Amino acid sequence: MPNLSTRWLKKSPWVYHVGTGGCNNCDIEILDCLTPRFDVERFGIKLVVSPRHADVLLVSGPVAYHIKPRLQEVYKQVPKPCVVACIGACACSMGIFKDAYSVAGPVDKVIKEIDPNAIFVYVPGCPPKPETMIMALVKALQKI
Amino acid sequence: MRSIIPIGPFHPLQDEPENFLLTVEGETVVDIDVNIGYIHKGIELLAQQKTYDQTVFLVERICGICSITHTVCFCNAVEDLLKVEIPERAKYIRTILGEIERIHSHLLWMGLAGHFIGYNTVFMWTWKYREPILDMMEYLTGNRQSCGMLKVGGVRRNLEDSRFPALLKTLSEMEPKIKMLAEAVQDDPVLKARLEGVGVLTKKDAIDYCVVGPTARASGVDIDVRRDDPYAAYPYLDWNVIVLNGGDVYSKFLVRVLEVLEAIKILRQAVKQIPKGDFLLEIKEIPPGEGIGRYEAPRGEDIHYVRSNGTNFPERLKVRAPSFINIPSFTASCIGQQIADVTITLAAVDPCYSCTERMISARDLSGNKKYSQKDLLEISHQKTLEISRNLARPADLPKLKKYL
Repeated sequence: MPNLSTRWLKKSPWVYHVGTGGCNNCDIEILDCLTPRFDVERFGIKLVVSPRHADVLLVSGPVAYHIKPRLQEVYKQVPKPCVVACIGACACSMGIFKDAYSVAGPVDKVIKEIDPNAIFVYVPGCPPKPETMIMALVKALQKI
Repeated sequence: MRSIIPIGPFHPLQDEPENFLLTVEGETVVDIDVNIGYIHKGIELLAQQKTYDQTVFLVERICGICSITHTVCFCNAVEDLLKVEIPERAKYIRTILGEIERIHSHLLWMGLAGHFIGYNTVFMWTWKYREPILDMMEYLTGNRQSCGMLKVGGVRRNLEDSRFPALLKTLSEMEPKIKMLAEAVQDDPVLKARLEGVGVLTKKDAIDYCVVGPTARASGVDIDVRRDDPYAAYPYLDWNVIVLNGGDVYSKFLVRVLEVLEAIKILRQAVKQIPKGDFLLEIKEIPPGEGIGRYEAPRGEDIHYVRSNGTNFPERLKVRAPSFINIPSFTASCIGQQIADVTITLAAVDPCYSCTERMISARDLSGNKKYSQKDLLEISHQKTLEISRNLARPADLPKLKKYL
């Protein structure tokens, strides 16, 4: 019998957006997905206001030192299993901020510190277009 | 009875992490404290390790919404240092890109303002109208935002003349929609009741807090860098500075709507007048010296300061984004408001925290002691000593003795 929680996750994933130090570009494109041109709500993808309701965590930006414990706290609150989507080049690999002194690391490194089995989706681009984000989410949900 | 309401760092209304502490008495706000610094990345120090060409891409990532702002401002600063005049065509291309950015940024803010007062129809409308202008950006430059078009001495790539008719067509399709929006703002009883008289920043406060951009112009302060200290092609174009006297959120909304219409006017003239010819001045080397660049961003005046020591890398880059000046004015506009009105008042200056996060303050683990620069230098010296003690070869130790 398939796991009930993963079955629900596939049907209508609810997303929670965490900005961890990006330049706003990816954050705007995430919001753009919800507005009339792309309108992902028709597929049941919905931006929720609490991490406790979320199935997917959208993280944008390199993780700055001050935001690192807060991101880990948010991740702990998300019901498992969940998918962490690293939106943009900075979240995937720190991009242009690789050598900056106040950046703790890319998102996967920071979250693996508290949960080694976390599931990640990487959406490269600066910023990734809304179409790319939608495709990434579809691919991620197929794999679960 | 007083109580403190914390908002953030992660809050559904905010895209970026920031923290407000509102002290309230009943429903009235009596004090506000703004904590930022969560997303400080150290861009200014990073710029010192990159060449001038690479720094252009770095400053583009200070803020995604004002990507043209920061790049043009940085180029203005370096060109001020070099004392060179860029080709005419490059000036016009910078103007066109800047005004496209202004339209999309203002529409974005209007949508978010609608969202903040719980009027999601406005949010969906304006973001729908914003899409064609982003498509145009992609059609002209290759990316929806952060297009990487700027270079010290001009622009990196040319804009093809054959693509301008499509831009004009988009503008003429957009103009009636924006006019409709401007009328809707003035006629809609809900918007008017919700925005008028809310978060008033008087002219005196605006001058005292030195606010810039639409925030200042809505309070009756007539400043605009495009007119006062012209750069790019603005001196050759005919346009107006929008100034209103209300000071409330309604005036700020209206200033932005009318500025979008002005931007459309500027774009039409720029496309008509753009000359043919060279678009990039080749720059061989950058002499020692310092330069200042100013730019009227969608949020206000942006300043970049660059100091060169004659090498390939800037010796110092200082960024003063418009939000840095506008954020302290919350103290004047929020106190005495109802708590339900504070959200829209906070959003009304269009604060951008990724622009603002230029410094960080360090505290010890208990959170009591704040380190000054002197303390931090001492800690740094101690660490260097420790490392050199560990790394030094035993044979070198006698030589190093006087330092360790």
